[in-house]
Amino acid sequence: MKYDRFVDLVVIGGGPAGLSAAISAKKNGIDDILLLERELCLGGILNQCIHDGFGLHLFKENLTGPEYAQKQIDELKTLNISYLTDAMVINLTKSKELEFIHKTGHKLIKAKAVILAMGCRERTRFNIQIPGTRPSGIYTAGTAQNLVNLQNIKIGKNILILGSGDIGLIMARRLTLEGMNIAGVYEIMPYTAGLERNIQQCLNDYNIPLFLSSTVTEIFGKERIEGVNIGKVDKNLKLVANTERFVKCDTLLLSVGLIPENELSKKAGVKISDFTGGAVVDSELQTNIEGVFSCGNVLQIHDLADYASSEAKRAGYFAARYIKSKQKRYNRYKINFCEKIKYASPNYIVENKEAIIASFRIKKPAKNVVLIVKDREDNILIKKKFIRLLPSELIQIKLEKEIKSDIYLEIE
Amino acid sequence: MCKNPYDVIIIGAGVVGCACGRELSKYKLKVGVLEKNTDVSEGISKGNSGVVHAGFYVPYGTLKAKTNVEGSFLIPKLAAELNFPYKKIGKLVISNDKYGLAELKKLKEIGDKNGCIGLEIITEKQISHIEPKVKAKYALFSKETAVISPYLFTIALAENALKNGVEFFLNHEVIKIWKDKEFFVQTKKDTFHSRWLINAAGLYSDKISCLAGDKNHKIFPCRGEYLVTDKDNEKIINRMIYPIPPKDGMSLGVHITPTTDGNILIGPSAEFINNYGLKNTEQFLDGMKEDALTMVPELKKLSIIHTYSGIRPKLIHTETKEDFRDFVIEESKTVPKLINIIGIESPGLAAAPAIANLILNVIGNKENLNKNEQFDACNPKKLDFQSLSVEEKKELIKKNPSFGEIICRCETITKGELLNAINNPLGVKTMDGIKRRCRAGMGRCQGGFCTPRTIKILRKEYGIKEKDILKNENNSNLFFGKIKE
Repeated sequence: MKYDRFVDLVVIGGGPAGLSAAISAKKNGIDDILLLERELCLGGILNQCIHDGFGLHLFKENLTGPEYAQKQIDELKTLNISYLTDAMVINLTKSKELEFIHKTGHKLIKAKAVILAMGCRERTRFNIQIPGTRPSGIYTAGTAQNLVNLQNIKIGKNILILGSGDIGLIMARRLTLEGMNIAGVYEIMPYTAGLERNIQQCLNDYNIPLFLSSTVTEIFGKERIEGVNIGKVDKNLKLVANTERFVKCDTLLLSVGLIPENELSKKAGVKISDFTGGAVVDSELQTNIEGVFSCGNVLQIHDLADYASSEAKRAGYFAARYIKSKQKRYNRYKINFCEKIKYASPNYIVENKEAIIASFRIKKPAKNVVLIVKDREDNILIKKKFIRLLPSELIQIKLEKEIKSDIYLEIE
Repeated sequence: MCKNPYDVIIIGAGVVGCACGRELSKYKLKVGVLEKNTDVSEGISKGNSGVVHAGFYVPYGTLKAKTNVEGSFLIPKLAAELNFPYKKIGKLVISNDKYGLAELKKLKEIGDKNGCIGLEIITEKQISHIEPKVKAKYALFSKETAVISPYLFTIALAENALKNGVEFFLNHEVIKIWKDKEFFVQTKKDTFHSRWLINAAGLYSDKISCLAGDKNHKIFPCRGEYLVTDKDNEKIINRMIYPIPPKDGMSLGVHITPTTDGNILIGPSAEFINNYGLKNTEQFLDGMKEDALTMVPELKKLSIIHTYSGIRPKLIHTETKEDFRDFVIEESKTVPKLINIIGIESPGLAAAPAIANLILNVIGNKENLNKNEQFDACNPKKLDFQSLSVEEKKELIKKNPSFGEIICRCETITKGELLNAINNPLGVKTMDGIKRRCRAGMGRCQGGFCTPRTIKILRKEYGIKEKDILKNENNSNLFFGKIKE
């Protein structure tokens, strides 16, 4: 094979995760880095998130999405990390060969390590199988955010939002501020998918009605959407008879979940978790393929960009160490979890002297609960009280004690 | 007096209308095609399984059998000339019991009589050898059954007809037809004058026939719904998998069809409706998924990325108590020089080129036709970036850097291909029209990422105002304008 270039580290994706991973790898001694971003500029989805609330954890400042991205981009440039925009990786192999397309040509490169930071995509009306017609005026919330914030386009006048994901909530406020009417936010679950603070700041503060246990059962309209049927659902998410009613709208926004974009990872043979849709990783964020790391929303959906960035920072650190040391893999222990937990990440723990960051998400809201982390001998490693746990929150825990067996996460 | 005198006016730019247009363009005739929609292939021709049937479902001696078998032999040559995707992947009609085996034998017998090639009854061992994920005791194996892209087929026929002098009038809904020796056809925009009138109006062909004075036909719309899966990269199945056709004779049953692009179609349902409404229903979507999983359980690995529906223009209804009605392809018995093409449901897609030949004969029998010496049977080769070798890709990007810019990440569609699609010969600029021509937006994110980029190109590079961008039909505008002027 004739390679156009050899590189120590390739970072795929230039959003909050990819930028952070590249910066961290550089700071940890890797000079030969190439970051590849498929969009026209760095920053990823942050560029269209013109609202504030970013950076509170990472920069201890309240920033907008573009401001947050700019801080990372400035640092990337200061550190002289090379990057290409409008560069789309179309193939990745398990021996870490990458094929990508760019205006300057079709390139084949070989890397010592790869960090996957491709982010996620939105679920569509077809993924959740909403019946009805196929008129214009149906957008996923993120696509709408791009059109409104980056292209100054009026996507609708009377907008109904299905799903209470954070982007949907943010868009409810954004469109209200631009003089459009929000016909309501409807959520199939009995609790919201988005963060508490967004419910307050984006809906309650603007008197936008939120309907829980309700969903769109049919879409109407031949050319442009004219309205939808809304129905109530029971505990098992089944439609309750005779609760359907027609609600008029000229636009439907969907904020019904995000899917880690792992098509490229799959091509390389990266194992994907059924729970997260992201790669199966160990506590060093390494996938089943040696030298291939994963972080940010392509690994698991984060609530905050800050968390995606800090996860990526660790991926950058471990990738750097991998490149420098070429050490063999350590023993790996499994993280198991009880049925109240939706998933825990990472999947495995590498035997190690350093503290381990793990995260988990709960299935249903719970009050006054205790998280217990045990080892195989039932020794309690962590016991932590929570007044309230919500499915919308990704909870992080730090395991400081040295781990020498599989561990078990339990909620009581 | 009319400023638009034509030898032949064709109403309807579906696959049949476009095939007729192209066939007639081989002769010195002035031909115009009137289409009510903003693009060709906007009706029945886009909403089907995309299958070139071999011809074993239709009774011997009928027009359906004749045109189907002939058409299935003509399409491979057309695919080479016109450059549309055609894959002869073969088909299995499967069954698990003795009753089913008897049905399969009947189908084979019909097929053999109709002139189908290579039909074979195979059993469990052979089935699991060629399709390991399909569990069935018996199957009718049709090696010749193929898949095509139905809309790209139609577009290719239209573009070739256009190249050879046929004029296309999109957005011309016919509202009135009268005859004063010759035909006058009034659309919402203009009036056309013609010696021959070909009615290829699909779902509305009964209405057009009626407008022209022949009230002897009635269409019963019968909707079929489909699900589309993400690409089957693992090749769970390689051939079409069909059940024994249901007894009611209204459809071929819910089948599994790998498309030319690597996705899998599941469907269709069959439901008579009182209007022409395209939609999907929970009942059928769930039911069809179940049916498909019964035949190939492993399909559950693939996520559903799209649903759609199409409408069959049936000449029979469950209530008419008839088992079979043939295609109507004839000069009207009451209105001379009106050629009716009515009831073209399955296997109409496969039959279209043969139907066009029959139409040519109807005209040729009445008048002398002179060959169009300039006729060019071929369309320019369409650039498919993904199918190029690495060296060819490098060369192309060097020559034109817009092929180094990926617009649609799910389908890996370059800006160069998108621009080619936008610059299509028929001048269609709708989002669906662009999507069908280059596949940008057909992938798993369903245009979530490439729509904003395509919109930007249409606005900045083509000067199209945001409020004027259509999804497909008139009034299907995507936007209400700018937020701030």
